[in-house]
Amino acid sequence: MQFLTLVCGLLLLSTLVFRLGRGRAVQLSGGSGRVLHSLPSYYGYFVALWCGLPALILVCAWLIFEPFILKSLVLSSLPAEAAQMTPVRLSLLMNEVRQMAASGDYRFASDQLARDAAEHYHGLKSISFAAMAVSAVCLAMLGAWFGMQRVSAKLRGRNAVEGIVTLFLIASSTIAIFTTIGIVLSLLFESLRFFSKIPIGDFLFGLNWSPQMAMRTDQVGSSGAFGAVPLFTGTLLISVIAMVVAVPIGLLSAIYMAEYAHPKFRSVAKPLLEVLAGIPTVVYGFFAVMTVAPALRDFGAQLGFTISAESALSTGIVMGVMIIPFISSLSDDVITAVPDSLRHGSYGLGATHSETIKQVVLPAALPGIVGGVLLAVSRAIGETMIVVMAAGLSAHLTANPLASVTTVTVQIVTLLVGDQEFDSPKTLSAFALGLVLFCVTLALNVVALNVVRKYREKYD
Amino acid sequence: MSASPVAKLSARDAGQRLRGRYRSERRFRMYGICSIAVALVFLAVLLGSIISHGYSAFVQTKMALPIDFAADIIDPEGHRDHAALSSADYRALIAAALVRKFPDIEDDRTAKRDLSRAISQGAENELRKIVLDDPSVIGSTREVWLTAAAPADMLEKGNVPHNSDSGFSDATLAKLDQMKADGKIKLAFNSNLFTSGDSRQPELAGLLGAVVGSVYSLLITIALSFPLGVAAAVYLEEFAKKNRFTDLIEVNINNLAAVPSIVFGLLALEIFLNVLGLPRSAPLVGGLALTLVSLPTIIISARVALKAVPPWIREAAQGLGASRQQMVMHHVLPLAMPGILTGTIIAMARAIGESAPLLMIGMVAFVVDTPATPMDPATALPVQVYLWAASPERAFVERTSAAILVLLACLAVMNATAIYLRKKFERRW
Repeated sequence: MQFLTLVCGLLLLSTLVFRLGRGRAVQLSGGSGRVLHSLPSYYGYFVALWCGLPALILVCAWLIFEPFILKSLVLSSLPAEAAQMTPVRLSLLMNEVRQMAASGDYRFASDQLARDAAEHYHGLKSISFAAMAVSAVCLAMLGAWFGMQRVSAKLRGRNAVEGIVTLFLIASSTIAIFTTIGIVLSLLFESLRFFSKIPIGDFLFGLNWSPQMAMRTDQVGSSGAFGAVPLFTGTLLISVIAMVVAVPIGLLSAIYMAEYAHPKFRSVAKPLLEVLAGIPTVVYGFFAVMTVAPALRDFGAQLGFTISAESALSTGIVMGVMIIPFISSLSDDVITAVPDSLRHGSYGLGATHSETIKQVVLPAALPGIVGGVLLAVSRAIGETMIVVMAAGLSAHLTANPLASVTTVTVQIVTLLVGDQEFDSPKTLSAFALGLVLFCVTLALNVVALNVVRKYREKYD
Repeated sequence: MSASPVAKLSARDAGQRLRGRYRSERRFRMYGICSIAVALVFLAVLLGSIISHGYSAFVQTKMALPIDFAADIIDPEGHRDHAALSSADYRALIAAALVRKFPDIEDDRTAKRDLSRAISQGAENELRKIVLDDPSVIGSTREVWLTAAAPADMLEKGNVPHNSDSGFSDATLAKLDQMKADGKIKLAFNSNLFTSGDSRQPELAGLLGAVVGSVYSLLITIALSFPLGVAAAVYLEEFAKKNRFTDLIEVNINNLAAVPSIVFGLLALEIFLNVLGLPRSAPLVGGLALTLVSLPTIIISARVALKAVPPWIREAAQGLGASRQQMVMHHVLPLAMPGILTGTIIAMARAIGESAPLLMIGMVAFVVDTPATPMDPATALPVQVYLWAASPERAFVERTSAAILVLLACLAVMNATAIYLRKKFERRW
């Protein structure tokens, strides 16, 4: 809250300074705009930027470095006994201290040491905030003064302001690159730590997955098994079922919408199909658990099959339903992009509508459709909530769609929800799974996007 | 004209073939209609099952009991001070009222316990509130409508069979039936669902905390992803030259749009929590994660909107002496704004239903309190659905469906706004 007030205060100050700068420029022009290089408001923006930007940069830098400095200050203030603590114990202590200082509630301190440290931390933090606020406001004033000094008829206000704006635009567009780098680095870093404990071959080709680690080393099964093949096959099984449901239904609906449907029918049915795409996946997960799985189980019982309550079949069907609109809207786009001249040629040779579609339109649209299906596969593989709610937890190496299987995303969620220790292979394995997931979906996306783009160029 | 026998035969053949081809034509059409029908049936079953499970959660069973606000239980010392009134044993008042209504359970402890299970633990708070609001009720007897506990609620709504499977003994069931016949049991609007946070007791669990958590996350997401997304789109569409660097950016954006959201969750966990040390379970971090998820979508839709502005607008602006930035900021961007807003709203609707990244950063905790700031632990609406769906109690099925209905209503409103904007401001050049 205090922080928000500070930022708002700085923004308010900048607005004020904007008016000052603009007023100064108007004054300089003496009523005629000709003496000024830029419009008066640009001088206002110029001064406001000088006022606001350095102060905001200072605040950001302060916030980034504050935790590190506070931590070392608190650690150095701890009594001598703390110096003998192991690094793990120290980091636990710091966590507790930080939490207590943030909530201002010291009642549940584990010991006097932690309590004192938390109070010390809290005190330092309020000093630090006050110092930050004062220096930010001072810097803002200083910047405003400096900016005002530079306002003159010759100053190229517009160029200066536009330069800053361009910088902001470029910086915003590079966020995508930094996000990708961030994903790769963070996954790779934790995965390498994991692979230093579990050999990468065991992870990628092992057939046994049971990441539960015993608490003590002398217990039976103290080291978990991290063979991810059952997860890969489980993911594949569910994705294949989803595709078996989604591809025919999605493709045929797209063909009907694009080729046969009356515009009125299309204008009703298409948005309705898109509703399926807009429903959150957690809702599909609940639907799978509450409705589809029991229905399938009863149906199977009548036929004499035992269908698991967490069967790959029910999960896959529901995921397929989720993907239908994805496939149908992508295919619809590609089918309508096929030039009419091809259709007319086919009609001219006496082909019926469906023959034209099957023998001319679909082959022409095939690359785009394949691209769309690949994108859908990548979405099915990465889908989380449906499988977390509806698929099983234990890993079985099976291709039976009636049995329960688990997937990569389910395991990532189960491994990372709840208490975590960041040095156990159990937690780290989630990042290794994440890395595999990222690589596979990335490969699928790159191929699919290239196919789609090439295809688009063909008819443009 | 003499037709050869061969030609006659082939004409008949041709007729047959033609009929076959027309049949296959009709069949093909049927496939299309059927698949659309299948998809729509799925949609109908999905919505139907959620609504049929969930509509009853919007009402809550209430039971009227003649409560004797006995002074010796509430305030034995007679000071009427706040602390004493707050900590009094209101459960005893309810137990006494039950005994007074059904004297036969007085000595039967099992029956007493069984019957008192029909009243929610929250009923004590309701009595406390009555007394604290108006201490003059002490000493009087009045009929008070109390919240029924989940088992009684389920029984009243017919979600459990009216026999010993309901969790009540037959004697208790008979008493509840008698109360119902007397008009002492009614269904009232369940305001609790919207005014309280999560609870282990289904009848006390509400969505307020989750809604507030979602709103905080969404505000942060909008505040960050809209300006950044529009800026990136403007740069790529209006200023960037075609070169390797901009190609790289484009490839990255397209790929990020298709990266599974759980991977963004892992990124947020590693960078925001482990490296930057931001608080776990906080809507602030949730908002940051959702920003990363929704940025690519916003950039792509904003670029489409910018592309749709015809080039002569740009030429005219520049011909009048505007700089490139003036042209973009004063003319192109305002004209593209309806399209950009539509895309942003759709991206936000997607973000509000997103739960996988939030699971990664710990927004799945059991949080009773409504978060006061974006730094407090919280859940979000879809995560609350996930949490309630995992609860074993029968009554939470109804709550989960109700939470989904609230979520879907939010999405419907957002999407309707987007469609309205598109219809209202769409321009054909």
